[in-house]
Amino acid sequence: DRSSGTRVSDTELRVYKDPSKGELPLLPEEHVQDSAKDVTYICPFIGPVRGSLSVTNYRLFFRCTDREPVFGLDLPLGVLSRVEKIGAATSRGDVSYGLACKDMRNLRFVHKEPEDSLKKSVFEVLMKFAFPVSNNMSLFAFEYKQVFPENGWKVYDPLAEYKRQGLPNESWRISKVNDHYELCDSYPAALVVPVTITDEELRRVSSFRAKGRIPVLSWIHPESQAAVVRASQPMVGQNGRRCKEDEKLLQAIMDANAQSHKMFIFDARPSVNAAANKMKGGGYESEDAYQNAELVFLDIHNIHVMRESLRKLKEVVYPNIEDSHWLSNLESTHWLEHIKLILAGALRIADKVESGKTSVVVHCSDGWDRTPQLTSLALIMLDSHYRTIRGFQILLEKEWLSFGHRFQQRVGHGDKNHTDADRSPIFLQFIDCVWQMTRQFPAAFEFNEYFLITILDHLYSCLFGTFLCNSEQQRLKEEVPKHTVSLWSFVNSQLEEFVNPLYVGYPSHVLFPTVGIRHLQLWVTYYIRWNPRMRPQEPVHQRYKELLAKRAELQKRVEELQREAANRTASSSSERAGSPTRSITPVQTFV
Amino acid sequence: MLSLGSGGAKSTKPSFVSYVTPEEIKSEKDPPKQEKHPDLLPGEVEFCSANPILKYTQDDLSQRGVFGTLFCTNFRVTFISDEKPQEKTDKTFKNKLYGENDIPLMCVDHIYGVYDEKRKLITGGLVKNKYPSKMIIHCKDLRVFQFSLTFSKEEDAKKIFQGIAHHCLEEKSLKCVFAFSYMGTPSPEMQWKQETVMFDSPEDWTQEMKRTKANCRLVTENENFELSQRLPKYFVIPLTIGDLFSYQGKGLPIWCWSHYSGCALFKASFPPVTQEDGDFQKHLDTMINAVAHNHLYSVKTEDLSESLPNIQDIQQSYNKFKQFFLIENSTDFWLSDVKWFSSLESSGWLDIIRQCLQKAVEVVECLEKDNTNVLITEEEGTDLCCVISSLAQIMLDPYYRTLMGFQSLVQKEWVAGCHAFLDRCNHLHQKDKEYHSPVFLLFLECVWQLVHQHSPAFQFSETYLTVLSDSVHVPVFSTFLFNSSHHRESVMKAESPLAQSGPLSCPTVWDWSVQFDSKAQNFFFNPLYLEKVKHDRAVRKPHKPKHQRNLSLPSTAFKTPPKKGFFKDETDSLKKMLRVKRLSRWRGSPDAPTATTREFFESWQHRPLDYHGLLLPCLDGPAVHIWMQRYLRWIPEVYILGGGSVAVMTKLMELLSQVQDLKRVLEQRDSSQAAKLDHRPYFQHRLLSFDSSGRLSSSFPFAYTCYRSFKPIIPTGLMQSLMVTDSLASQEDEASSVVSFV
Repeated sequence: DRSSGTRVSDTELRVYKDPSKGELPLLPEEHVQDSAKDVTYICPFIGPVRGSLSVTNYRLFFRCTDREPVFGLDLPLGVLSRVEKIGAATSRGDVSYGLACKDMRNLRFVHKEPEDSLKKSVFEVLMKFAFPVSNNMSLFAFEYKQVFPENGWKVYDPLAEYKRQGLPNESWRISKVNDHYELCDSYPAALVVPVTITDEELRRVSSFRAKGRIPVLSWIHPESQAAVVRASQPMVGQNGRRCKEDEKLLQAIMDANAQSHKMFIFDARPSVNAAANKMKGGGYESEDAYQNAELVFLDIHNIHVMRESLRKLKEVVYPNIEDSHWLSNLESTHWLEHIKLILAGALRIADKVESGKTSVVVHCSDGWDRTPQLTSLALIMLDSHYRTIRGFQILLEKEWLSFGHRFQQRVGHGDKNHTDADRSPIFLQFIDCVWQMTRQFPAAFEFNEYFLITILDHLYSCLFGTFLCNSEQQRLKEEVPKHTVSLWSFVNSQLEEFVNPLYVGYPSHVLFPTVGIRHLQLWVTYYIRWNPRMRPQEPVHQRYKELLAKRAELQKRVEELQREAANRTASSSSERAGSPTRSITPVQTFV
Repeated sequence: MLSLGSGGAKSTKPSFVSYVTPEEIKSEKDPPKQEKHPDLLPGEVEFCSANPILKYTQDDLSQRGVFGTLFCTNFRVTFISDEKPQEKTDKTFKNKLYGENDIPLMCVDHIYGVYDEKRKLITGGLVKNKYPSKMIIHCKDLRVFQFSLTFSKEEDAKKIFQGIAHHCLEEKSLKCVFAFSYMGTPSPEMQWKQETVMFDSPEDWTQEMKRTKANCRLVTENENFELSQRLPKYFVIPLTIGDLFSYQGKGLPIWCWSHYSGCALFKASFPPVTQEDGDFQKHLDTMINAVAHNHLYSVKTEDLSESLPNIQDIQQSYNKFKQFFLIENSTDFWLSDVKWFSSLESSGWLDIIRQCLQKAVEVVECLEKDNTNVLITEEEGTDLCCVISSLAQIMLDPYYRTLMGFQSLVQKEWVAGCHAFLDRCNHLHQKDKEYHSPVFLLFLECVWQLVHQHSPAFQFSETYLTVLSDSVHVPVFSTFLFNSSHHRESVMKAESPLAQSGPLSCPTVWDWSVQFDSKAQNFFFNPLYLEKVKHDRAVRKPHKPKHQRNLSLPSTAFKTPPKKGFFKDETDSLKKMLRVKRLSRWRGSPDAPTATTREFFESWQHRPLDYHGLLLPCLDGPAVHIWMQRYLRWIPEVYILGGGSVAVMTKLMELLSQVQDLKRVLEQRDSSQAAKLDHRPYFQHRLLSFDSSGRLSSSFPFAYTCYRSFKPIIPTGLMQSLMVTDSLASQEDEASSVVSFV
């Protein structure tokens, strides 16, 4: 049985084929907190439906009772960003509640207030459990005790990953300077730096880089030794402060790559914003101080612009789409233009590393939003390992989680403060970019679309510990790996769900996607998946599975035939005329 | 490749022209070169040529190019490079009639001349005065060619320019079309053509009526076009139509297709307007009555000229739309990328596609759900009537989703059905723009949407549709050269004695071997197609009562109130019915699909999907897409190297070929059993196996050679695209820089 509650990702209303099974499917340690009959769900697509509503410490479960076939809503409370009473009670005592969700939908319920004013309404209970952090309770992930065959917390071992890249080597060492997160509390413990730079020098560099996020290696090209290095902005300020250790470090990064006497610094921000940062002590590398480095601005906007863009997108796609102005409405959200800029930035980075054989340093302001977007996309383009299911998990663990993308702040797990300006769909945007690449290269990725949607669903669900907290240090302090289940435990225990049957692992292939808007599409199966009209006839992953089965069957037939042919030639070696001379290549499987 | 203006170090060609003529240079440096000539098709004649001409490469602004000779023949404009032909990576999809440097004369859309940096559209008048330094040719298949004329002798340049302009732009007579000089020998592989039902004999029509269990009357009285020259040679009408000659060839309801319930789809042109008002109304009544009589005395009529854009609107919209794909250089590309979506929307082309599909769904709903006869009308009855009736048939009848079925449908509705291809495609460059309109292309666009949404339901691929849309402008096929059956027959008869080898050898487009060898034809088949399993062969189950099908639906969401003017419910009085009949004409703005068709779609969507049953398109904004393969295939900026759907398709084809290999092996082993021949040709795609597909570009199989380097295309001018001016952009990255959460 499925232990995850979000199996029904592609339809808003789950249809229960057998009405008796419309029971609430409870997870281990999940308990019903309250329930109410006679709740009306105002469905924007099929109109009001009446039914009963249950709230557990993990989910909201609505089951309609006045319709055949029986169907319902089943969503983790973690996706809620806001629950509010709309207007006053009507003369009949009905109260409306609006539920805004992080996954591109809004729900509306109408419910009669309990006559006993002391009794809490089911929605008041809902508010308590939807925002446990604000109510001094723990997230459900800390209660959930499902055991899976595989332990996903073991997926990422930094030293093993660096070893795969051939590190340490004669130019790069693994420093323990941040072992206790003293150099930088948002960085991981293991850092890869040039051998020529001492830990003492790194400490000085950390005072020159915003939040102490010094330039460290993310990835090294196996042949050219060109490196992808990530950092935060230098604290140049209005007076043009310099730091000779920082200059030495960048020079050492360049020297570590013998093939090039040049280096590129990619500042993800628009140059205007980078310059404005000087007022606040930040800024960008000057050409005087860093002589062989060329600075390039990638014009990607900040978290607030991205948040606003997604808000507009939600307005355009949910619940109703204005068909005749669909394209201009889509354009007005700028969402795909932002996607284009991010992909274009990553493409330029990958091009410099692959074609130019030059090392690159990537940073934005703090180096935890636009920087991981760019480095991880560039890494996917450059290294086919990150296009496998496990490789992609490692990439997320490394570039996003260990390097301190502030998931807690950006998503706001269990926090009722929905207007928090620190929330922003940075990670969603990255997954969207990955999806765009899987569209353009349908055979180059081991995972399917359902894998990406599952990751996004559990970004919000708070069922797994993976995306909790803001940094590696926080996760250790909260003992997240000890008390919660990793999303990868769940995923890796049923890999066949997530496999792209068309995958061909071109091993040494660099992918250069096309970033023209003409080839970018809105991810309809994610952003508009609640609209039943936009639902694919056959859920995509279903079709994938069928294809997989078909292929397995074929392979079996091939093998049987080959065996038969082998038997025949063995038994009658004299009779060679009829046997097929050409051997049929066995179909490969990638499970 | 030579670069201009960079000192010309490697170049033996002059970088300016006035002092020495190319002849002198040639005699000086090069040993006299063998004059290159194009390989002419049988019947092809060379008109003029010029050398050296510089053909610019399309992919950048650097003004690089290749020198060669430009020819103009009675079939095409062709460029032959001076350089040795490069080894092509893949020739699997080579067109036998024209190559990548050939432009069939009919395929030329516009010619621009660059005079002193100014770009001017070439029309007849301009030609005589001067020749431009650069000639830009926009093709109807969306290729763009740019030639520099400044390097060849003045008179040569002038001659070639005037020759091309004359043969591509000037009005000409049908006899000058290359098809009438073409002497191609009919190929032995005529199998496909034979399988396509041509609808040029009474038997074809009888057979079709039998297939759909139609209860109508075949008209053979027009065999010699005595009834009308605008009517097909043979056609089918309702049983109750009496005196055919009283119709003067207009306003006759012509049968298109019968639903298994017995109701049928008819199309008609308007009755003659010369009569008095009363007569017109009387005529209309007889027409509607006759259709209603076909089944259960119910009918819905729809005047397409009222509810759909007219052919001029279609033409204008397409003219705007295609401009976005005729890209001359990178700067243009990235500039137009910025406002891409709103530009698309402003052309209205996708909206017209949506409207046509919407109308077809309404027709389907009447036939399938209400079991009502449908009569669609328009002025001539051969433009939008063809679009809507063909689309409805594709949605309803899985036979038309096979390759042979689709070709037969085009024959039935368009070719035998007298669509004025010659006028609509403007093959003869008539100045009168009123009659031009890409109606057939619009139909293919709509079919593509269906193929895109329900790929496993179609035996043919999008490549097939793209090639078909190109073939309209290849002046060889009789299919697209005439305005009606009568026109076709009279011209063919008149022309045949001129050809020495007896009858005019003018193949139909369905004889694909004229253009492609059998290996290339494999690309026409969709590897995702779900072939029908043999045992449920009964496509149509006429005895199965319709309401039973409805019962299998969940009853909740789909209970629709009986519609107004829904005839079957009132079978008591014939007169009453006639009154309601006129009420039941559709009303509704084209933009907002009526609520009932929405419901019809949703109830269909709730049923388990049967790719061999009814097929409906989703018409919501995000579901209507651009036919990327057709429109983006020549634009290097959007090539995805190693990606695109070709990556999937090749893999699927490979898998299928393995299955077929296996089948063959099995058959060989059971040699006692007579090997049954599969109708489909074997997939032989081992040639493009996966060592190459990693490097194939997304525009495969159309443009292979354009992009050979493995370099990314970095966009230029990105900042112009996104000027976020609101205050958010300048806000600090961390709004509340220290949030205590530790």
